[in-house]
Amino acid sequence: MQMPPLDPDILRRRGAIVAALQAIVPGEGVIDDLDGMRPYECDALSAYRQMPLVVVLPETVGQVASILRYCQDHQVKVVPRGAGTSLSGGSMPVGDAILLGMAKFNRVLEIDYANRCARVQPGVTNLGVTKAVEHEGFYYAPDPSSQIACSIGGNVAENSGGVHCLKYGLTTNNLLGIEMVLMNGEVVRLGGKHLDSGGYDLLGLMTGSEGLLGVVTEVTVRLLRKPSTARAVLLGFPTEAGAADCVAAVIASGIIPGGMEMMDKDAVQCAENYVGAGYPLDAEGLLIVELDGPEVEVDYLVARVEEIARGRGATTVRVSRDEQERVLFWAGRKAAFPAVGQITPDYMCLDGSVPRGRLVEVLGEMRLMSKTYGLRVVNVFHAGDGNLHPLILFDANDPDELRRAEEFGADILRLCVRVGGVLTGEHGVGIEKRDLMGVQFTEIDLDQQMRVKCAFDPDHLLNPGKVFPKLRRCAELGRVTVHDNKLPFPDIPRF
Amino acid sequence: MAAGTIKPRDASELRQAVEWALNDGVTLDVRGGGSKLDLGKPMQCNQVLDVSGISGIVDYAPEELVVTLRAGTPMREVEALLAQRNQMLAFEPPDLGPLLGRAPGEGTLVGAVMGNLAGPRRLSAGAARDHLLGFSGVNGRGEAFKSGGRVMKNVTGYDLSKLLAGSWGTLAVLDEVSVKVLPAPDQTRTLLLHGLDDAAAVPAMCAAMGSPHEISGAAHVGDKTALRIEGVAPSVEARLKGLRELLVASGAAMDELGTLESRTFWREVRDVAPLDADADAIVWRLSCPPTEGPVIVARIRAQRPSAKAFYDWSGGLVWLALPPTADADHLLVRAALGATGGHATLIRAPETTRASVPVLHPQSPALAALAARVKESLDPKGLFNPGRMV
Repeated sequence: MQMPPLDPDILRRRGAIVAALQAIVPGEGVIDDLDGMRPYECDALSAYRQMPLVVVLPETVGQVASILRYCQDHQVKVVPRGAGTSLSGGSMPVGDAILLGMAKFNRVLEIDYANRCARVQPGVTNLGVTKAVEHEGFYYAPDPSSQIACSIGGNVAENSGGVHCLKYGLTTNNLLGIEMVLMNGEVVRLGGKHLDSGGYDLLGLMTGSEGLLGVVTEVTVRLLRKPSTARAVLLGFPTEAGAADCVAAVIASGIIPGGMEMMDKDAVQCAENYVGAGYPLDAEGLLIVELDGPEVEVDYLVARVEEIARGRGATTVRVSRDEQERVLFWAGRKAAFPAVGQITPDYMCLDGSVPRGRLVEVLGEMRLMSKTYGLRVVNVFHAGDGNLHPLILFDANDPDELRRAEEFGADILRLCVRVGGVLTGEHGVGIEKRDLMGVQFTEIDLDQQMRVKCAFDPDHLLNPGKVFPKLRRCAELGRVTVHDNKLPFPDIPRF
Repeated sequence: MAAGTIKPRDASELRQAVEWALNDGVTLDVRGGGSKLDLGKPMQCNQVLDVSGISGIVDYAPEELVVTLRAGTPMREVEALLAQRNQMLAFEPPDLGPLLGRAPGEGTLVGAVMGNLAGPRRLSAGAARDHLLGFSGVNGRGEAFKSGGRVMKNVTGYDLSKLLAGSWGTLAVLDEVSVKVLPAPDQTRTLLLHGLDDAAAVPAMCAAMGSPHEISGAAHVGDKTALRIEGVAPSVEARLKGLRELLVASGAAMDELGTLESRTFWREVRDVAPLDADADAIVWRLSCPPTEGPVIVARIRAQRPSAKAFYDWSGGLVWLALPPTADADHLLVRAALGATGGHATLIRAPETTRASVPVLHPQSPALAALAARVKESLDPKGLFNPGRMV
């Protein structure tokens, strides 16, 4: 993974930059010693590490604005960071950039049950929002598996999903407003407690922009009432194709489950050994289908799902009898990654999305690649929305295995794009998939995205080296070429 | 008025047309079905770019919950196709044609996306923005480009679909879109509460929205407060029962609408039919926090006692009809929104009024400047629908 070369001029000016930050954020808010900065050297994509230039932890919007304005004026790069749980290197530090940590923005500012929303600071954890409102029977729907640690600001940057987004949407579908600071220090508010925008939907654009457009300082999220009942159904199939058919049949029958997850035989084995969830070890494909809503509806839908599954040759059909068992069914799935971690020194987790109808074909091709590369692959995925999480097992101490794992991963993502899917369903591009962007997008597509970035950050100072494989200067991107020869286009109908 | 119309037949001709406009410095009035020509600031363009010739369904995969279609495809064609497989556009796009003095059914799906329109189900299912999965089109440099895709979950690159939804054709001209579809509900029933005034109706709707009964429509029209429940039969029954118990405290008399009556009622709310009768009235659309709806209307009625209003989205969408005035009372309406946040859009007014009054809600200087830079990043020469948004 190549990062842009460090700017020696910035490194030389480090002392002045630290002093300027100390003037903006007094006290302990500036960390410039190696030991203090060590915890920030990577995010959850921990294979890649880099010490930042300096860490700054502002506490007020005014400080964030002053820091960004200083950085703009002095052409210093900035990497924003929430809880540092990005799986794609989105918050990985850059050696000649300030790391702007938002962890001190950790307060719930307002809960408005009548209008079903909460206004929180970006450093509040995803689960922290639900914790603040669950005593009233409400919750915040997106539930990425890192929800105990990941921050809402990070969720906005990554447009985080989770196992329930088939029915309840991603972060972007559950936001009402944000306050953010632009690179020039201007503070703007997008949305609020009302729905939709009267102008361009910049809230939608900001969501999933991976920290490249602005720094979020406040978030208004939509709250939902907790469903009164939830039940999980375990469905084991003798073939993966049977499991995939069942997924399609459930959806075609008009049912949108709260969650619909699939695990292959190896993943089932690992998870079962790890937590003892009672998974059927003979199944080649295991589905966990969760149905939620009023009790009568859940009973009715569970019966229909059971019927569909039996019609598709399910050999195991078990419905959770109580809340404890429902949680147990999920425990294996939720622990699947650490469970796989037990059988391999290292693993690489991918995140492509494919049309559901191509699942079986993609799984088959992955197996063939697995033989070619000589590396095992285990599959856990959000089957309901076609979001795959193949885990490639390898040993990072063996440089050749690491190289093969990276190539295998890239091949899987190319395969996803080839069958009509995308590189990343929920983890983000970051640095991890940056160099594969050209597989999914043309140069024109990418130039257009970079031009949008120029509208926010004309000097490419925010989160440099992420998302785009090669950066072009805004001045160059802004040039409009007008051809001299006026083309008549005589064939197009005119009136 | 535009000097003429150019009507490309496919994506390649569309790109050529934009390239020609760029080379000749020609501004384009971009339109599909033309159903919303009388909505928004009137424009002075050199040429009409009519995309209705780029039409048709490209691919429909019901089990993938996605339909891909060309930009000029009429809404009625999309809805008829989905109905065959018992699916729907969950954002319930309104047909504003009749409100704007036109025939019903003239709109295109992409036109609804360009206005980010949504009906009563906005509350539970989102707006057009939440259902646009991806697109291809031509930017103001005459370049063909794309964003998003056909899959449900996708965070690869910026979500330009969100930016395009609600851009009123000012950023790019689309030739193809992929849109998420959902199963249509088996049953639709509506609980009606009678006799509540605005101030009592909105808390009742908010209580219903905060209940576990999964309300998919909450409107207050006249003295009727309507709550829609959709789904499979046993669930609908149980939720209606629970909802009645919850709302006993409101003291209102209650009855129900069945599936067919419900469809008619919610279609009328969706298409703003309750304000249709007086063709001369100025019509505003206000988005606000639900509990603020009746407060805002009361402020306006204090100045304009004859103002008519009804509420959708649990009170968060106010449709307002005012007696005709040259300035559409825009200062009054926007002041009434006050500091609570939200936005007011002038939907129906004479052309001269729409030319002189800000149709879209004014933005702070920093936000307006940012929006102008975003426009420039896609359409640097201002070819598309100049003046409509920025």
